[in-house]
Amino acid sequence: MKILVPVKRVVDYAVKIRVANGKVDTASVKHSMNPFDEIAVEQAIRLKEAKKATEILAVSIGSTKAQETLRTALAMGADKALHIDTGDSETLPLQVAKLLKAIVDKEKPDLVILGKQAIDDDANQTGQMLAGLLGWPQATFASKVELAADNKKVNVVREIDGGLETVSCAIPAIITADLRLNEPRYATLPNIMKAKKKPLEKLTPKDLGVDYVGKLTTLLVEEPPKRAGGVKVESVDELISKLKEKGLI
Amino acid sequence: MILPRLLSTSRVFSLYHQGWNGSNSARFGRLPEPPVPSCTNLTPHQKRYASTLVLVEHKNSIIAASSLNAIGAAAKVGGPVSALVAGSNADAVAKQLAGVVGLDKVLVVNSAAYDHGLPEVFAPLIKASVENGSFSHVLAAASPFGKNIIPRAAALLDVSPVSDVIEVKSEDTFVRPIYAGNAIATVKSEDKVKLLTVRSTSFAPAVLTGGAATAEAGATAATESGTEWVSEEVVKSDRPELGGAKVVVAGGRALKSGENFEILYNLADKLGGAVGASRAAVDAGFVGNDLQIGQTGKIIAPQLYIAVGISGAIQHLAGMKDSKVIVSINKDPEAPIFQVSDYGLVADLFKAVPELAEKLNK
Repeated sequence: MKILVPVKRVVDYAVKIRVANGKVDTASVKHSMNPFDEIAVEQAIRLKEAKKATEILAVSIGSTKAQETLRTALAMGADKALHIDTGDSETLPLQVAKLLKAIVDKEKPDLVILGKQAIDDDANQTGQMLAGLLGWPQATFASKVELAADNKKVNVVREIDGGLETVSCAIPAIITADLRLNEPRYATLPNIMKAKKKPLEKLTPKDLGVDYVGKLTTLLVEEPPKRAGGVKVESVDELISKLKEKGLI
Repeated sequence: MILPRLLSTSRVFSLYHQGWNGSNSARFGRLPEPPVPSCTNLTPHQKRYASTLVLVEHKNSIIAASSLNAIGAAAKVGGPVSALVAGSNADAVAKQLAGVVGLDKVLVVNSAAYDHGLPEVFAPLIKASVENGSFSHVLAAASPFGKNIIPRAAALLDVSPVSDVIEVKSEDTFVRPIYAGNAIATVKSEDKVKLLTVRSTSFAPAVLTGGAATAEAGATAATESGTEWVSEEVVKSDRPELGGAKVVVAGGRALKSGENFEILYNLADKLGGAVGASRAAVDAGFVGNDLQIGQTGKIIAPQLYIAVGISGAIQHLAGMKDSKVIVSINKDPEAPIFQVSDYGLVADLFKAVPELAEKLNK
């Protein structure tokens, strides 16, 4: 079984972003792999370690810097990487889904494991859209993934409102990883060195025959309204009296 | 309201006669509705006229509260609003929806194929409904149900959906948070159909009684699916639902164990509120993941939010910083949570929380 894992390079989750001149300043801040994608890569590797998968292909779409993110995936345990160079322009999930569909058509994976959302655009769309374009089953917000013995089905526990739900998808299928799916491993130094020798193929949207231009444009990015500064109270009694003044209790 | 430019003369005339503009309506009486133009022979002008479909989530014949917020958001788009309800108990839900203020029509699809919210069957149904009813907008709450279905439906319609909308500026311009709510983006969609998920806490819910929507059979679509629903484990609770509670008491890693959450339940019960948690508390296994508040958990905006032993990481703030009043109890005076708190108490939570609950009794 072959697994495709799309990964995205995003501003590191710990960075407090700044808004300047109507956009988010991403020029000089630390970037890393989207945390949900790390979980997706980890899941693919675990399936390979369990002898369920034979090959893991990591793919990233974006500027040439996305190759760093692919090297991270390779260092974690992916076998091959594919970079689709879209330059510096931001891509919409639908564009990404169309590019991924072209890659799926070319590479014929049995499973595509994505993160449930990227922490920059917070869209939570790409996996679902790819599944729609391919007409494949989808299991989003996965917290547990188990392949059936015959590799024909995948059973997925999903995080839903109020609890958990189990679904069974016919393979090929799309899975999007939630936080609880696993704890991603760190890439060790020897593996980082080895990753430098693993194959990394480079393509453009044109090579894949995808020339979709999105019809969704960002007009403006602003800072959220700031909360007025609060006060520290000295005791529980003072807290209660403040809340009573406000009519909250 | 924008009007004549977007409507044909005959449509304006008939609206006038129906008392649409509020004058002399009684004298004219109610004229029959003009026939709804089908999708194929719409003029460009008619196409631009908003007509919104809201996908309704329901369970055990109860409408999800967040779907009522979505209907509230649909009213901001302008134009008539229809609701789509599908499932084996769709009729029972449609009966309730008929009373919802602001709804013109309820499209009912009675089929057990839609009972478990599978996107593989819902997405084609939305596509068929859009094409059948020439809707310009499709809305759903940004719940796991809506987030799972809407992007797939958008892909089938070849449009870019807009997630987690917090404000509708116009028919084609929407506002949504990005970067865990640390930036607010205004986006414009030029797609033929706008598919949106809306943040429940940003829109007032539609009122359940007083409306007079008509029910009719919805579109049909293929119902085969490569996904089979197997089972679910839903946590039963008598307390208010986290998403809709007016008061929320949330605990973090500092609670140290699941048993210690009892003091939070105790306080929440005194306040008639719900209990939530930070990611750290969920990861540590203190409580179930359905209680997680934050960028990847639930987004809430109660009247009163009490953060207990929560440091206030960016990802947690994303889920609660629109709360009306934030109170935090933390023994670290430098904890970032104090920067967004209206009232902060630097104290040991194991003393302060029981004391607070005790004193609320009196």
